[in-house]
Formats: sequence, structure tokens, C-alpha cells
Amino acid sequence: MKSNSEGLIIDGIAAFIDRDNIDTDQIIPTEYLKSIKKFGYEDYLFDGWRYQDDGKLGITKDERIINEEFILNIKPFDEAKILLSRDNFGCGSSREHAVWALRDFGIKAVIASSFGDIFYNNCFKNGVLPIKLDKDEIETLFKKTKEDILEISIDLQKKQINLSEKVIHFEVDDHLINRIIFDLDDVDITLKEKNKILKFENERIKNKPWIYTND
Amino acid sequence: MKTLYDKLWEEHHVTRLDTGESLLYIDRHYLHEVTSPQAFEGLSKKNLKPWRLEANIATPDHNVPTTRGSGFNSEQIKDEISKIQVVELDKNCNTFGIKQFDIKSTKQGIVHVIGPELGYTLPGMTIVCGDSHTSTHGALGCLAMGIGTSEVEHVLATQCLKVSKLKNMLVKFEGEPSENVTSKDIVLYFIGLIGTAGGTGYAIEFAGSYIENISIESRMTICNMAIEAGAKVGLIAPDKITLDYVREKSFLDSQTLEKAEDYWLKLKTDEGASFDNEIIIDISKIKPQVTWGTSPEMVVNFDDEIPTPSNSPDNNKKNIELARDYMGIDKATKLSDLVFDKVFIGSCTNSRIEDLRQAAEIIKGRSVADNILEAIVVPGSGQVKEQAENEGLDKVFKEAGFIWRDPGCSMCLGMNPDQLKPYERCASTSNRNFEGRQGYLGRTHLMSPLMAAYTAINGTVGEPS
Repeated sequence: MKSNSEGLIIDGIAAFIDRDNIDTDQIIPTEYLKSIKKFGYEDYLFDGWRYQDDGKLGITKDERIINEEFILNIKPFDEAKILLSRDNFGCGSSREHAVWALRDFGIKAVIASSFGDIFYNNCFKNGVLPIKLDKDEIETLFKKTKEDILEISIDLQKKQINLSEKVIHFEVDDHLINRIIFDLDDVDITLKEKNKILKFENERIKNKPWIYTND
Repeated sequence: MKTLYDKLWEEHHVTRLDTGESLLYIDRHYLHEVTSPQAFEGLSKKNLKPWRLEANIATPDHNVPTTRGSGFNSEQIKDEISKIQVVELDKNCNTFGIKQFDIKSTKQGIVHVIGPELGYTLPGMTIVCGDSHTSTHGALGCLAMGIGTSEVEHVLATQCLKVSKLKNMLVKFEGEPSENVTSKDIVLYFIGLIGTAGGTGYAIEFAGSYIENISIESRMTICNMAIEAGAKVGLIAPDKITLDYVREKSFLDSQTLEKAEDYWLKLKTDEGASFDNEIIIDISKIKPQVTWGTSPEMVVNFDDEIPTPSNSPDNNKKNIELARDYMGIDKATKLSDLVFDKVFIGSCTNSRIEDLRQAAEIIKGRSVADNILEAIVVPGSGQVKEQAENEGLDKVFKEAGFIWRDPGCSMCLGMNPDQLKPYERCASTSNRNFEGRQGYLGRTHLMSPLMAAYTAINGTVGEPS
């Protein structure tokens, strides 16, 4: 198991983007999907909003025209570990690059009222925790961002968000959050069931031969 | 009593893990150049090989230029970064021994177009691909869904997907469509109705008299856009139309095919099976649909007024204001007030032969309007292109002023050189009108091939005539 500072508690400043349906094309535009690497996407997170010019893979933040009004360009939100948004965050494509961009920027948790299915699933495979809260609680958090810089502590094991004056509980399947807490690898886990898969497959070859016939 | 989704789930259920998740056996895995390189890298690092090689079929589609001509190979791609990705797919397929319809192949095309047309997609299969529009294959009665790159690696390594079961939704489209209304209009209307998060967590089964009467191509357009309603899975029970389609495309011998057909026809929802959500839509009153904003749910009848913040509910005012601003709607009240710059007919939603025939029918003997800077047709595959050329459709398009291209995803997402310039307005038969989707600051209006053809001729979205 990881130590507290590494995985069980996420402490940090929450940046916020107050809109619904933030799609994966906004989180990272297609241009950057041309990379064949799994890391190095931090400069391209929210590219269309973060900069005032069109970027290319390989061009870094320092070579771009910064949109000074975008939250991730404003101190101290440029070091945010948590992102707050509204409905249907991460809708759209299956690109895991969207999660890699959040992760590489340093975002460890995204709080929203709902998430795109594929994005939600991709998060847990990359150590980013998506937290679903009901709309009233999201509204409360947005109100707080207007009063002061929002600092949050998220306890992964207790599944709760600790604010200075209150605690918000959140729901998430154990098997999903455990991937983050214990840094689990799905392939390793599944291959423990190798014999069951083989048995299933052998039956299927017998019963559904057309699936195993190629041209 | 079970739904079609329940049956396909059980049919492929290998085991339930201690964690509560299930291992679902995957029959077919499609790969393309964008979401696979990191998966192959992961496989190599673990010193693993693909579990069942023959389950995998690959093709490059997202990055490929559409001005290739014959004899073009991966090394000739001008964009150096795109080239690396396409060459990487060549390398990985060679290294691991995966069947690829590479850039030189006459059968190359958009992965969701070539799968069914080459007979690799069969009813009752579980199908995955690192692409959210994998739901397309549900049109043939498959349990098909998009997956992330980690899952691509997982499927390569284990032939299984680790998942939890989705909820069931039934959507029945009843009635006869009006003139000029296609399956694209029906699915856009549906997305407008339930919203882009309306199907989140569900597998949607599409049914009803409308679905029963349309072609596999039209069904694919509907299942393709299930993900735009938030649903990973969209599916339609196999019927005679499905079997006729499969028989025409299949490489299976007749004996195997007959045995399979008996089984395929049993794949349907039991009478009285219960769904978590049921929606019945009378489609007879639906008009051609066109999106005005930056989310597929921002859609209206082609002749309706575009929503304004003042006539919208409080919780949507801001979304509408942001979208109007991005789309440069300014003082326009209707879509017909907007002047278009480009037209794109293509994408995994609408690039099949039926789509091209519909558009060509409208365009025949007419010309692209003066204000349209570029109108392109990108067939979904080498086979679609060849068929269209045999029917003379390429000539119809070219004579009207369209540019006839080679197959690929093209301007649907602009990973290749086919992109909008800032502020250009495009009539597009694709699936997403997100900000910057077709090019930096580009403005996308989603519509059917038929409406795109009319827009090309008129220069604006007008009465289909």
C-alpha cells in the first residue's frame, strides 16, 4: 500500500470550470493524440481555453500565447490538484489521453455531478479519482470558490471530502477506488483467471465456430 | 425474461471476480493507429503476446491523408508526427502478427466502416475498439463498445474486458418518417430529447417499426451516435435485414453461416422483459435536424429559431450563451441566417454507400454555392469508394464542384490535413460539434448527408428542395 502522502489522501487547491458537458476534445484536442507516448501531455490540457493560439504536438507552454484569464493560468490554481466542474464531465471520445493530460498536469481528483462513462472508467486506471456529487453539493462548492480559494482534503479510504467546516461523503465502487489506493494492474489480476478464460474459450470454439473462422 | 443486452452479457460472461466486476469475453477487437501504440508498448513491457491473434483486425484511419492516390505508403505521409503513428501501427502489426488493412490496401477505411463490410462484425459478438464510436457495430446485434487504451492492452493480453453490467434502456421509434428525414435526423432528435448524458450508464436497445424497416447502414448511423447520448452501447436485434446483409458480406461457408443464422435469429429481447427506462418516440413529425451549438444535444429543426439565453431555463442559460458565442451566432435567429464556408460528407456516422447515394441524388446536375470554399466527400472505405465510382457517384460530386477523396476519418476530427480554419462554418455529416473538433476555432453544424448536400448547393441551411 502507498503511504498517506502518496495515495490515501489528496490535499490541495481546487480549480473550477463552471460549465456542463466538458468533452474530451476540450480536455485535450485531437492534435495531441498523435503522440505514441503515455506521458508528457501536461502542456496540452485544456489547450483551446488555456492558450490564445493554435498549438502543435512538441510545442511547449513557454512558446505559446497564454490566455491569462483561464483558471489554470492564474496563481495559485496553476498548481491545483483538484478540478471542480458540473454535469457530464469527460463526455465524448474514449481517448485515455484526456486522463493522461489531467494526470500529467497534476490533477489527482475531478469533482463533478456526472461523468462520461468511458472517461470515468479510464480515470481509475491512471490514478485520477473522479468524484460524483449531487448537484446541490456541487453548487455549494462553486459558491465557496467565489468566497475564497477552495482547499480540499479528500480521504480515499473513508470516501469523504473534508472541507474546513463540513464533510461530504461520496460513493464510488471499492474495486475502482482500490485500483488507485493499491496501484493495481488489471492485466495481472485478470491473468490469475487464465484457466477460466481458456475453458470458456474452448467451449465457445466448439459452440460458436463462426467466431473463430477468419478469411 | 431477458433483454437482448442481458443475453449477450450472459453469453460472454466468463467469471465474476471477488471485486464484483465481471470478465466479459471479447470476440472481436478492432485497432487503429491512435489508441493502440501505448497498449502495444504495455504488452511488450509485460512480455506478453496477444491472447488470440485472429480476434484482432487493424487499419489506420484517423491520421491518414485523403489525397493519397494509388500506391501511397505510410512513409509518404507529410505530417511527420502523423507518419510516426501510422508507421508505428505497421510495425506493431508486423511484430505481433496482427492482420492489418494498411494504408496501401484497397480495403483500408474507417475501422467502423470496414469491420461490418468485410464480414468481421457478426451478430451476437462482443466487439471492442479504442474508439467511442464502436457502438456502431451494435446495429448488427452485437454488444459493442468503445474502450480506453489501458483496456486495449487488457483485451490484447487477456481476450477479456473487466466491466460491470450496464442498465437497460429501450428506445422505440414508431411511425413513418417524413420526406427528407433520415436516420441521422432521428438520432439527432433523440439526443436533443434526452441530452448528451441521458444515456449514461445504459445499454440502449433501439427498436420499433421505424428500426424494423431501415437498412443496416441506417441502423449503424443510429447506433454510432448512441455514445453522443452518453450510452457506451447501442444495439438492435438481428432480423432478416441483418442476415441478408451479413450473408452478402460474409467469408463464411454456407454450412457455418446457416448454423450461425439459427442462433442469430434467437437474439432478441424476450416478450415482457423489463427495462430500467423505456422511451417511445413518434418519428412521423420529426423534421430534418441540424445542430446549432457545441454539443450534439444543441439541435433544432432546420427551420426553428436558435435558442437564446433569455428563452432558456436558468440552468442552461450559461451553456447556451457560451455556445452561441463560440459558434458566432451573434444576431442570427435561424440557421438559415448563417453563411457556410465548408461542407464535409464523411465519418463513421455517414460515409457508407447509402449516404453517398442520398447526397449524390440531391447534387446531381447542380453546383456548389459560391460561398462554399470547399466541399469534400470522403468515402468510409476503399470498398465504398470503389462501389461509388462504379455507380458514377464520384462524377456527380465532382461535376457539382465537390472534391472526391480517399477513405479515412478526415475532417470529422481533423487529425489529418483536412481541417477547418478559425471561424469557418461547416455543414458536417459527422458526429461531434465540440469546440475545435474540426480545427482550431472551427464551427461545426451536424446534419444528415441529405441536408449537407442541400447546404452545399444553397450555401445556407434551407428548405430541402
